[in-house]
Amino acid sequence: MKFGVVIFPGSNCDQDCVHVLKDVLGQGVVTLWHQETSLKGVKCVVLPGGFSYGDYLRTGAIARFSPIMQSIGAFAKDGGVVIGICNGFQILLEAGLLPGAMMRNAGLRFICRFVTLRVERTETPFTNRFRQGQVIRLPIAHNEGNYVAEPEALKAIRQRGQVLFRYCDANGELTDDSNPNGSTDAIAGITNTAGNVMGLMPHPERASEPALGSVDGRLLFESLIEAHAHA
Amino acid sequence: MPDAALLKKLNLTQDEYRSIVKILGRAPTTTELGIFSVQWSEHCAYKSSKIYLKTFPTRGKGVLIRAGEENAGVIDIGDGLGVAFKIESHNHPSAVEPHAGAATGVGGILRDIFTMGARPIALFDSLRFGPLNGSGRTRFLFGGVVKGIADYGNAVGVPTIGGEIAFDETYRENPLVNVMCIGIVPRGSIAVAKARGAGNPVVYVGSSTGRDGLGGASFASREITDGSEADRPAVQIGDPFAEKCVLEATLEVLATGDVIAIQDMGAAGLTCSTCETASRGRCGIEIDVAKVPRREEGMTPFEVMLSESQERMLLIVKRGREAQVARRFAKWGLHAVQIGRVKDGNLMRVKDGDQVVAEIPVGALTHEAPVYRRPTRRPAYLSKAQRLSLRAVSQPRDYGEALLALLGAPTIASKALVFEQYDHMVQTNTVVLPGRADAAVLRVKGTGALLAATTDANATYCYLDPYEGGKLAVAEAARNLVCVGAKPLAVTDCLNFGNPEDPEVMWQFKECVRGIAEACRAFGTPVTGGNVSFYNESPRGAIDPTPVIGMVGLIECGMRNAECGMQPITASFKQEGDAILLFGETREELGGSEYLKLIHHRKQGRPPACDLPSERRLGHLMLELAHRGLIKSAHDCSEGGLAVALAECCITEPEHLIGAALDLSPVTCHLSLRPDALLFGESAGRIVVTCERYHQERIEALAKRVRVPLTTLGRVGGTRLVIRPRIDLTVEQLSRVWRAGLAGGAHA
Repeated sequence: MKFGVVIFPGSNCDQDCVHVLKDVLGQGVVTLWHQETSLKGVKCVVLPGGFSYGDYLRTGAIARFSPIMQSIGAFAKDGGVVIGICNGFQILLEAGLLPGAMMRNAGLRFICRFVTLRVERTETPFTNRFRQGQVIRLPIAHNEGNYVAEPEALKAIRQRGQVLFRYCDANGELTDDSNPNGSTDAIAGITNTAGNVMGLMPHPERASEPALGSVDGRLLFESLIEAHAHA
Repeated sequence: MPDAALLKKLNLTQDEYRSIVKILGRAPTTTELGIFSVQWSEHCAYKSSKIYLKTFPTRGKGVLIRAGEENAGVIDIGDGLGVAFKIESHNHPSAVEPHAGAATGVGGILRDIFTMGARPIALFDSLRFGPLNGSGRTRFLFGGVVKGIADYGNAVGVPTIGGEIAFDETYRENPLVNVMCIGIVPRGSIAVAKARGAGNPVVYVGSSTGRDGLGGASFASREITDGSEADRPAVQIGDPFAEKCVLEATLEVLATGDVIAIQDMGAAGLTCSTCETASRGRCGIEIDVAKVPRREEGMTPFEVMLSESQERMLLIVKRGREAQVARRFAKWGLHAVQIGRVKDGNLMRVKDGDQVVAEIPVGALTHEAPVYRRPTRRPAYLSKAQRLSLRAVSQPRDYGEALLALLGAPTIASKALVFEQYDHMVQTNTVVLPGRADAAVLRVKGTGALLAATTDANATYCYLDPYEGGKLAVAEAARNLVCVGAKPLAVTDCLNFGNPEDPEVMWQFKECVRGIAEACRAFGTPVTGGNVSFYNESPRGAIDPTPVIGMVGLIECGMRNAECGMQPITASFKQEGDAILLFGETREELGGSEYLKLIHHRKQGRPPACDLPSERRLGHLMLELAHRGLIKSAHDCSEGGLAVALAECCITEPEHLIGAALDLSPVTCHLSLRPDALLFGESAGRIVVTCERYHQERIEALAKRVRVPLTTLGRVGGTRLVIRPRIDLTVEQLSRVWRAGLAGGAHA
């Protein structure tokens, strides 16, 4: 499967995603520079983490105007699979490809550590290799991961089953302590209504090899490959 | 002679001014005087320290770039790869503007590494502040420094994976912020900072030049006073986004082969980078300040030459390749402007349009800068401070309480509150999470190699005996590396001291360097670079001598492939029933201990003895055991002694707390130790390890063979830490106190 990893100036997880897709999973990967408009025939676009354009105005706010994002918008509209991780999630929100917005973490600090997440749905291209309700370990590393949305939008997101991952404790329970950033409804990852665009604050690419302490993130990439094989 | 006030402002002495006139054969222009003032500053010229730094061992097998040759040293790690690494201080800026000071400290050391053509893969921070429960100012400094490091390092995408944080009265006005960076470079791609080829263009790259950081090098070469707030403009402002772009663009351009030489504009900015590249290449250089991109109007040549605006590089490019180089930088949204040319001869000529504003032989600004052998005198305080009568030190009534007090002390307590603010996983090489082992461990993708690194210092030891303290710092760094199973390779050091014009400070410096040099020889770890930070003084006096040792090591694998069987060893106890062993000898050594400082409010006595040959034997034994896979955990005894080390082994993994039952009477059977010395004394050269019980005999035999004392202490298991007959606490309680220690006083 051919993946395209986007590089904005300030992206810093791009090579980590390339490494997992290429070296760990043996997939085809091309990088997509933000000034380009061609998606080079990729089947899945990955918007990696980092600080695109320094995140100086607001996370993801400048990146959405880059030429590549116009192409990605059209690609998504046509049903192309897009995944945004961390800053990539923030960019998808700014671009209007996903509903809602990110605020600063409730604790007002950058947080980098492993968290536990509950898999809420498995019949999606992003999660078909997980078990329903499975509790997984992935790292987070962000300053603005406190997900919010208008009450109406939130209601719709819940009703349509757009929430794919929620922060939880080791037993899969949603508690105040297990929500690291104050996200509404403990939301860590969502899709759009069509189900082909996903945003996720935790970093699956940092948990795809045994040496790094968790391989749960690999299942997400394997889900994409699986979905593509059966498409 | 210009007026005394101007010379004082520029930090030049009357004698130095006379030398300048002699070198030039005329009175200097204002710009020239500025150039001399920064190049001859302590910060750039190492004028007080040079004669001592020369005594460090700098050669060794595997040293690819030696100390002083380039912007950072490089060592060979096999697989055709080198590791570039260096530590630097940003103490003075952080004292007046903690966020910007610490952030630009990170930026500066990153540039030193990628200037070598190396991709930075890890950052370490060695931080020191006044007592947290003291003033609001300490909290402001602590919070600001941590946030500054986080905001910069996280955005650039280089993980901050290690370091240390200590708190002591001595740093109340003068915190220390030392940052180490490690990078990886293919052996054949090491970049140099030697200009050559008359006519080759000198290209300015990166952010434009402003008035920020004006004279930062001179500022760093003065004491901190009540008036230091006025030096705030001497603090640079960092832009991590610009740095990330400069980093990527620089590595791209270096890969093309179009660049002959490269140097970052750090301390003394454009001045230092031009004259040093020319001096290394034994050639001349000419630049026109009118061509330098600026962000402020009306800057004088003096200001342009002395600005320390961040995220700027100087390149010597192959003639004819200017356009290609400029295009690559433009891709990243950066300036690449030709500002001059390499020249024959030995002059640095600075023009402002048609007018020559400075013309100085480059040697006078670099290797011929003044060198001082300053007077030294054994400090008056020393004899009294070293005298410690243990009879006057009462034993704690409750040892459990004393242990909890130590675990909750900010210097010893968990640093999770800090390292969770740093992105410590980006680049996906962090094999051991921060706080889990005695050293940080990184994999090197595409090879079987695991790199380990640590920073260590104990200023109290150095205050009480600078020579022993210097040795102890190196010994602890080496011990931390062998605890994870890594062989120590090389050292970078950051030497933080008071005013070198004070003979007592200079004596501390001389003695510390003597200790460090001796220990580095003993461990076979050459010094490949580093930094000296003098003038760490406030109106209350000099800081305790604080030499920070950064050490890099390698976990060698049997197989040279990506799936390496070697696992780094972490500190935590692993499994019920495992045997707990202690390597090394416990003596009645309470001098300089955290226990004495915290519980008895005494900074007294002699630091623990440092026996280098036995430390070496211990190191060899640890590597042998690691290689054979015989030990399951290892943690050295440092601040807080044996009891704190044992407690930490029970609680470093929050998701896996585990108890232990121990009997320390075998440690004391042949000597009568005070219980507090046994539990909290900091005798050096000791490591707590655990193993499967059926491996115990083999380990004993191996230890005996290399004459490392070994004591069996007990077993892992249960939910309590029981050290008979004095301590019996639940691991929950130990963990709670240890984890809350830093938060109790901090709002970082």
